[in-house]
Amino acid sequence: MSVIAEATVPVAVRPRRRVSFRAVFGLSVLLVMGGSAVFAPQLAPWDPTRQILVKRLRPPMWQERGLREHPLGTDHLGRDILSRLLYGGRISLGVGLTAVTLSGLIGVTLGLFAGFFGGRADAFIMRIVDVFLAIPYILLVMGVVFALGPSLLTVILVMAATRWVHFARIVRADVLSIREREFVAGARARGNRALRLLLRHVLPNALTPIIVMATLELAFMIIYESALSFLGLGVQPPTPTWGWMLADGRNYVATAWWLATLPGLAIMLTVLAVNLLGDWLRDTLDPRLPV
Amino acid sequence: MPLLSVEGLRTQFATSAGVVRAVDGVSFAIERGEVLGLVGESGCGKSVTSLSIMRLVPPPGVIVGGRIRLEDDDLLDKDAEAMRRVRGARIAMVFQEPMTSLNPVFSIGDQIAAAVLAHAGGSRHAAWERAVEMLDHVQVPSPRERAHDYPHQLSGGLRQRAMIALALAPGPQLLIADEPTTALDVTIQAQILDLLRRLQAERGMAVLLITHDLGVVAELCHRVAIIYAGRIVEMAPVASIFRGPLHPYTRGLLRCLPHPSRFGQPLSSIDGAPPDLRRVNGGCRFAPRCPLVQDRCRRDEPTLAERKPGHFVACPVVTV
Repeated sequence: MSVIAEATVPVAVRPRRRVSFRAVFGLSVLLVMGGSAVFAPQLAPWDPTRQILVKRLRPPMWQERGLREHPLGTDHLGRDILSRLLYGGRISLGVGLTAVTLSGLIGVTLGLFAGFFGGRADAFIMRIVDVFLAIPYILLVMGVVFALGPSLLTVILVMAATRWVHFARIVRADVLSIREREFVAGARARGNRALRLLLRHVLPNALTPIIVMATLELAFMIIYESALSFLGLGVQPPTPTWGWMLADGRNYVATAWWLATLPGLAIMLTVLAVNLLGDWLRDTLDPRLPV
Repeated sequence: MPLLSVEGLRTQFATSAGVVRAVDGVSFAIERGEVLGLVGESGCGKSVTSLSIMRLVPPPGVIVGGRIRLEDDDLLDKDAEAMRRVRGARIAMVFQEPMTSLNPVFSIGDQIAAAVLAHAGGSRHAAWERAVEMLDHVQVPSPRERAHDYPHQLSGGLRQRAMIALALAPGPQLLIADEPTTALDVTIQAQILDLLRRLQAERGMAVLLITHDLGVVAELCHRVAIIYAGRIVEMAPVASIFRGPLHPYTRGLLRCLPHPSRFGQPLSSIDGAPPDLRRVNGGCRFAPRCPLVQDRCRRDEPTLAERKPGHFVACPVVTV
């Protein structure tokens, strides 16, 4: 027994830093998606809005009735799905990223101030948050879009304006506990200014939930954009977006599966990649977790 | 002129259950290069005293009276910005808990370098070199490599050394050490006390050492102030306190320590509990627990009086 036990004692090996699957997968999917969005005009075989009615509802090329020149099939107006996906990615990814960045900036800033300074500033900011949460956001969106007219910029502004509250709440909650920690008191006792305390001592320690929130929000924004487009409040047809393609293809899901499935798959892959990347980023940025 | 003088300091906390007079008329002075111990049990006002000196009393605490002078400056008269410049640069603080007193997301070298940059300016590289120097100065082994470590990678003792390096980097005249060794192992405590004594002597820096540990006081301090329920009850040179304590509270405290001559006997304790600081009025605050109590003790509030050379005590009853 003792011989076996000795023989199986593992030699202490310093674990090698392995390449993370999450990072590689997430990054490569996002690079492919981002690259194809940027180079859509070069990559797309067709004009995404060109209708060829004689070739409507053709399945992907590997299926019966599929056409070689439309690798992923055509929709009910005979538009090329692949081209529409490529161009749609531009809008969906671009709108999603911009909206998350904007709402994150607003939400994190206000959440930091509310949580750190407390008192009146906190009460004021959090009442605004409550107001935003209380108004049905579709109503707000309708009002704003009616006032500004539907455009890409309006969509992004509206999306950021209705989602920043979620960043604000989560950041404030975290800051409330971080500001009580001793290293913040210590930094104050070393004569640091309030702004420096916020940016160097509070914010970096609140980064984990912000990153996780941002990845979840990016996923949400892509779907949010499609919801707005579906209601006619967002990007206007015929401009292709993944969300609108998904919504539009819904009507044909029993007879032409590719219309709704392919954009759905694109959304899913992107969201998954972003989440995995965010997960990995969170673990890597936290010095307390072993890599 | 002393480096720091505190006169009649009163700090109160207005709570829904009443006004807590945490510090109620505390006066003392620290000379340049002197180590003064501020000793008392939990809740007696020793930490509030140190936070009052920094003007960092957390709300709802307010300094309602007294004067705090650092050299020629009246700290209570300074505006917020001027006070901010005093913190760190002229008065530094080391806290009790080395686990949580360092920012977990930056390496210790980074944190010390940032403190150097903030106070002395210069290049990033020079600040980093200075940080390594400081770590070496507080006897962190292989400081150049250690500077890249994050707080969680260090032991409690090393963390406390890093904290001390961080506090001393700007070259303060006064170091307030709030129970700097309480959270450490006994062997590490001894090392940290040695380090503090050496740094203090080398730099000629004054230290206000806040503790409830009389052993630490004996190791490090030149003078001691014993604080009870928000007031100083006795203040004297260390030798004088340990050889001939005067105040009944101090005597009680010293009797609580184990001693070879009392081997085999149970440790003694002081009966009763400190008073509720919301309800103190007239009379000696120690009277309810005092073995020597007389009628006048409950009537008149005793004041510090010099009963032996350099030895002040706030008890008119005790005989020298």
